[in-house]
Amino acid sequence: MSKSKNFLFGFGLFLLVIACLAVWINLPPWMVAAVAVLFALWMAFTRRGRQAASVTGVGISTLKARLGSSAVVVIGIAGVVGVLVALLAMGEGYAETLRKTGSADTAIVMRGASASEVMSVLDRDSVVVIPQTAGIARNAKGEPIASPEIVVAANLPVKGGKSADDEGSVQLRGVGEHAWELRPNLKIIAGRKFNPGMRELVVGKGAQRQFAGLEPGREIRLGSQQWTVVGVFASEDALESEVWGDAPVVADTYRRGSSRASVTVKLADPNGFKAFQSTLSADPRLKVDANTTLDYFSKQSEGTSKVIRIIGITVGLIMAIGALFGALNTMFAAVASRAREIATLRAIGFRGLPVVVAIMLETMLLALLGGVIGGALAWLIFNGYTASTLAQGSVGQLTFAFHVSPALLWTGVKWALAIGFVGGLFPAVRAARLPVTTALREL
Amino acid sequence: MKYLHLIWAALFRRKTRTILTLVSIVTAFLLFGMLDAVRNSFDQAGQSANGAQRLQTGSRLSFIQTLPSGLSSQIAQVPGVKSVAYANWFGGAYQDPHNQVFSFAVSDNYLDQYPEVEASPAARKAFENTRTGILVGEKLAQRFGWKVGDKIPLQSTIFPLHDGSKNWSFDIVGTLKAKEASAAWYDQIVLMHWKYFDEGTAYNSGMVGWYVTRVNDVNQADRVAKAIDAISANSDHETRTQTEQAATAAWMKQLADIGLIVGSIMGAVFFTLLLLSGNTMMQAVRERTSELAVLKTIGFTSSSVLLMVLAESVLLVLLGGVIGLGLASLLIPAVAKGSGGMLNLPGVTAGSWMLGLGIMVLIGLLVGALPAIRAMRLNIVDALAGR
Repeated sequence: MSKSKNFLFGFGLFLLVIACLAVWINLPPWMVAAVAVLFALWMAFTRRGRQAASVTGVGISTLKARLGSSAVVVIGIAGVVGVLVALLAMGEGYAETLRKTGSADTAIVMRGASASEVMSVLDRDSVVVIPQTAGIARNAKGEPIASPEIVVAANLPVKGGKSADDEGSVQLRGVGEHAWELRPNLKIIAGRKFNPGMRELVVGKGAQRQFAGLEPGREIRLGSQQWTVVGVFASEDALESEVWGDAPVVADTYRRGSSRASVTVKLADPNGFKAFQSTLSADPRLKVDANTTLDYFSKQSEGTSKVIRIIGITVGLIMAIGALFGALNTMFAAVASRAREIATLRAIGFRGLPVVVAIMLETMLLALLGGVIGGALAWLIFNGYTASTLAQGSVGQLTFAFHVSPALLWTGVKWALAIGFVGGLFPAVRAARLPVTTALREL
Repeated sequence: MKYLHLIWAALFRRKTRTILTLVSIVTAFLLFGMLDAVRNSFDQAGQSANGAQRLQTGSRLSFIQTLPSGLSSQIAQVPGVKSVAYANWFGGAYQDPHNQVFSFAVSDNYLDQYPEVEASPAARKAFENTRTGILVGEKLAQRFGWKVGDKIPLQSTIFPLHDGSKNWSFDIVGTLKAKEASAAWYDQIVLMHWKYFDEGTAYNSGMVGWYVTRVNDVNQADRVAKAIDAISANSDHETRTQTEQAATAAWMKQLADIGLIVGSIMGAVFFTLLLLSGNTMMQAVRERTSELAVLKTIGFTSSSVLLMVLAESVLLVLLGGVIGLGLASLLIPAVAKGSGGMLNLPGVTAGSWMLGLGIMVLIGLLVGALPAIRAMRLNIVDALAGR
């Protein structure tokens, strides 16, 4: 009879935990703050709460004696949070780098149904017609701000490669004269811009970091021709991983004739994209698709950042299970070693609840400490750490920096507290349910 | 060995603690098994005996640049070349432009270069005789529910048809099946006729994406590669020829430094594990102080006590580790299946097991060292007196 009752109790507890975790994961920060405040008020102003506070005080003051085993909880959870935050920061950094590349007031026009710039080809007629479409901003000289661009892959020797054959792929963009006006955040940080018609290149900061021989003044070989690197630009986005040249010269080297891959335009009215799009699709001479660059680049990052996110959460979950059992182990041991003390408390009139609350608070404090340490480590080591990959929808290495955002740190702390919650609950309940007489006789 | 029951009894003296610790060890090695499988699948790509015989020739400019198809007969004349095939990237997508399918337009003898890929003779025959025929990988066919005989549309994200539309129509005439793990991604691809492709679009005009050459003698591969590149040296379509292995390795390296990522995660996991099981062992030995003293009293030497504690910790880690790796080998096929064939994981290989076992023993020894030394140095009189 009591066995089945025990089982039912355990099962009920288990369901409760699942429900709590589900609510917890979706809880917005202000709600968490509200819960914390309510809890503090309860502790300060009710009889039970004050009891809980004093039991917690005893537990925390004896932590020193259990330093080794408490460290297991802290470091275990720090490991989980560190790895989780680092992996999520990788996905976040990747997505952010691409997202920053686009803006809502510029649009990219490509051949219809092309998934990315590399796959698109616009013939000469389209390239001439598109910039004349209504809705494109004009500069001081009255010219439409539109840049027909061509995107190809170029092989360049990798920095630190073992042999000259150790080559990587970089995205080479041939741009029109208005490319610079289109991207005001792009700054030349060394040297100068290329001269139209010359075999000159400006290289992105990220590309320079990745590939050898991209210093201003150096000559590099692209295909069968020598090019001179004349400048370096920084833009803090995906363009930084590219190498730029004059569109006609690039098209010539890569035998693309007068065709281009895309036309990027600045919209006269930031909200005028819909109108611009419908003007384009109404033009019988054109078979093209337009997207705001914000949309286009966000979509490019979708697949990869989702994969990174799933990997991060899977690895985090498995590690969390490991750390959870470590925490359970430690807290069961702590409860066992304090069994007599807890039983005494209950014998002199403390009820079960304050005991449960005290042990859970202790575990969650340790977990919080672990979460903060893990998050801090991830931030110290990985924030701004640069990595590169072959990006989806591009043909070159994309360099991006890990971005440990406050939101990610918050996620990490939430995970830590969740592990602490579950890790503390079961030992706490055992402590509160142990018959006082048995516990007093123990040891 | 004869003390095994003693060690076993000591290990399960406190069932809850041992089981909780075991679960942590199991999860750590489960993670190890899965991550090592990912690392292996990256390392393995392109590494096979058949792959060593193949050379890939692409444009020196970049991988998206095409080469003239006339090069084919010139390459075939290079001494040491057995046969030449060629292929083009088609960039196909099924139903939705984002639903991309690995699809290639290939020469008729393309499959001869890949003996590790199996297509039934009937399927090969049907492919030869059907202009619009395609061979599809088995897993891909499963994913989209395609059957032999189906007529399917594929959109090319790069090459429109002459009328400007992008919907190419194909007839499925057979399936492809990889015979080796290293060729597993052939289960996911679509092969079509290069001729049909070239005639169908205005954007290709007789160009070829890359050549696949088989050599007679693997040891001659480097010489043949140089000879092939020499054909088009100083032309406007210079080539670069690499063994398939080198080409794939370079590609994977550009994708991501998987080794580094896996290494750092496992570092964090094992460090945590070390601490956790170390704590368990410390507790276990501390609790048993008087028992150990009794063992010594009845004649066990200090070194045998040391060995017994070490054996206990190694056994603990081994037990958890083997269960974890076992779980991983059960889970990985499920994960690979669940991903709809997007992930090709080789499972837990013999190499992973050896590495895993090595790590288990090492962690076991490290974890047991401190408590074991403490047990060895135990002074019988003090321990029995509870001092």
